[in-house]
Amino acid sequence: MDFGLSEEQRQLKASAREFLSAECAPSAVRKAMAAQEGRLAEVDREIAKLGWTGLIVPEKFGGAGLGILDVAVLLEEQGYAAMPGPFLFSSVLAAYAVARGGSDETGDKLLRPLAEGKAIGTIALAESGDSLAPRDFSTTAIADGTGARISGVKEFVPYASLADFMVVAARGDSGSADLFAVDSSAKGVRVEMLKNLDLTRRVGRVTFDQAAAIPLRREPALYPRLLDIGAVAIASDSLGGVERALDMAVDYSKVREQFGKPIGSFQALKHVAAEIVSEVEPARSLLWYAAYAQDARLADAPRFASMAKARLCDVYSRGTDRAVLMHGGIGFTWEHDIHLWFKRARFNESYFGSPALHRERVAQLGGY
Amino acid sequence: MDLNFTTAEEEFRLKIRRFLEENLPKSGLGAGREGREDKAWLEKSKAWQRKLYESGYVALAWPKEYGGQALDPVCQTIVNDEMVRANAPYLPGGSGLGMLGPTLISWGTEEQKRRYLPKILTGEEIWCQGYSEPGSGSDLASLRTRAEIIGDEFVVNGQKVWTSGAQHADMMFCLVRTDPDAPKHRGISYILIDMHSPGITVRPLVQMTGDKGFNEVFFDNVHVPRKNLVGKLNEGWIVANATLFHERNMLGSATGSEQRFNRLLALTKKIKRGGRALTEDAVFRQRLADLEIRVEAMRFHSLRQLTDQIRGRNPGVETMINKLVGTELNHDLATAAMEAMGDYSMLAREDASVLDHGYWPYEWMFSLGLVIGGGTSHIQKNIIAERGLKMPKSR
Repeated sequence: MDFGLSEEQRQLKASAREFLSAECAPSAVRKAMAAQEGRLAEVDREIAKLGWTGLIVPEKFGGAGLGILDVAVLLEEQGYAAMPGPFLFSSVLAAYAVARGGSDETGDKLLRPLAEGKAIGTIALAESGDSLAPRDFSTTAIADGTGARISGVKEFVPYASLADFMVVAARGDSGSADLFAVDSSAKGVRVEMLKNLDLTRRVGRVTFDQAAAIPLRREPALYPRLLDIGAVAIASDSLGGVERALDMAVDYSKVREQFGKPIGSFQALKHVAAEIVSEVEPARSLLWYAAYAQDARLADAPRFASMAKARLCDVYSRGTDRAVLMHGGIGFTWEHDIHLWFKRARFNESYFGSPALHRERVAQLGGY
Repeated sequence: MDLNFTTAEEEFRLKIRRFLEENLPKSGLGAGREGREDKAWLEKSKAWQRKLYESGYVALAWPKEYGGQALDPVCQTIVNDEMVRANAPYLPGGSGLGMLGPTLISWGTEEQKRRYLPKILTGEEIWCQGYSEPGSGSDLASLRTRAEIIGDEFVVNGQKVWTSGAQHADMMFCLVRTDPDAPKHRGISYILIDMHSPGITVRPLVQMTGDKGFNEVFFDNVHVPRKNLVGKLNEGWIVANATLFHERNMLGSATGSEQRFNRLLALTKKIKRGGRALTEDAVFRQRLADLEIRVEAMRFHSLRQLTDQIRGRNPGVETMINKLVGTELNHDLATAAMEAMGDYSMLAREDASVLDHGYWPYEWMFSLGLVIGGGTSHIQKNIIAERGLKMPKSR
């Protein structure tokens, strides 16, 4: 019995915490928020040198070939820092889809530069109505020689204007969805960025008009697996985010004085802080299992991906609500940093499906 | 990450499972907590604990010289899990096994360990906990039961309350005030009192469940030998906290919550409303899934803590939350079952129309008792905030 992070994973976490607290402090995050592209180019260069961008890219394409639990640890720390930029969507989700679904030639072409930090990928999955269900998709793929042509409109595509390639879900003949890789500079791809409230994330709408695409079909049923990986990834970011919100609220409660005492000495605030941490720690254990279940390809992996997504996103949203409240008036200002996490929590909550949607899936997969 | 048990551990699991199938008492010992009142129950339960001990399934991690087997915490976890799964009766010596024993192993003198530990294991001596008093609940350290040192003895006067199992107990581990002039945390001592001593009166209290589970205990010039002091004089608060740590970890078993969830799910599948099972109701499905997610989180949370224990890592805030989260989760599970049953939920166990053998109403009430006992949720939150999050003390 050995349930928890390995020594290597603990070290990775500690070094990520150290790096991000130096390079990605709230002042840096705000710089990215104000910038057109919404990322910190220098941080992105550094994380490529640290090997993060290629963490789950197979070794044959120049990556480290590590697993979902490894990357979950990094994502937690990025959530803690509210790190802006495409990492989760590029180095985790797009990389995963191409590594599992693409041919060696596709992997070589797309993943090698991604691992080196020279290219960015993204995912184009949801459609109008914020649906991820293939039956709601109007995006279609028509076979064209060894490739395909894709037409349709995708919503909430992260960092669409930065991405060199996109992993697109389109409805195939069977009614299920297949994944395709599309070069962003290909003819028939049009990007229009949306205005997002969470400025640590950027999303766009992408219109495909008979754009040339490479099928990512090497592994069957890759689309639902990608959604599960997305759920676990967002849950990991949420874990770090709620930890940060709690830390900020607790730190503030130790220095802010009212009625002649630090407000953290009042039980009203203590109890709120205790409730947050009491939700966070069991949720962390749940997330570890959900990530491990993906790596070990366990039969209950999809169910636990939904459990982790539902729980961590609930805990993140509730936690940031309460953390803002613990700050009082200053917590409602633009100047104070807490709203960065407050908004990121809400983005995470709906991205890849709401907690309610995932609870329904937990019930269905659980046979009730 | 490795969630497998070793072959030896799996064999051990099968062995205890088989043992429980063959030896579980067939009648007279409900797995529920109710009915712990009469002498006949006590004798049967003691016999059950003795059998379990003689077969090698009690307190496996205790040192060999005091009757344990010095096994790692995994084996004890397997035994606990299998006992819950088999719906095995509660052990009458639970307070000794779960609270006093581990405390004595860390804090007792050699003589105390040799004198008390073996009889805790066999169930020959039943222990109760003398902590709360009428004026000292959440503010435990304000306790006033007085012990004066006269010669080689403590002479005890005062009163304890909510003392579970005092009516059956042979011994009590008890907090007494030995220095009334010192600050409240520094004048308390931890002593062991023979419940058969002259001057002790036990008066039963009826719980909201209708059972006589806990008691008032009165001390009128009760003589206790000085060698029954655990830890140092006036430093009993530290020892008391060691016991509370063990108690709080005993109260919320993740396997127990899993069993309750499965029972709740089976119940709701059978309840029909509006022409379909309650499990098909969109709102109730959300509630069930949310409860199951919380139960599963605690399951992995306990595996994480088991791993830390094996590795000898110091427990932190993740352990302080166990009592709060575990007991509230169990009460939420029972509350969901009560709501699912509707008006049937308020039928007494003896009523012919009662659902699920009347398990839930009792569980619903008892689980709320456990949210209170061992330090209420409010007190747990103070502890988590002050010790875990280092927020400033309010007192």
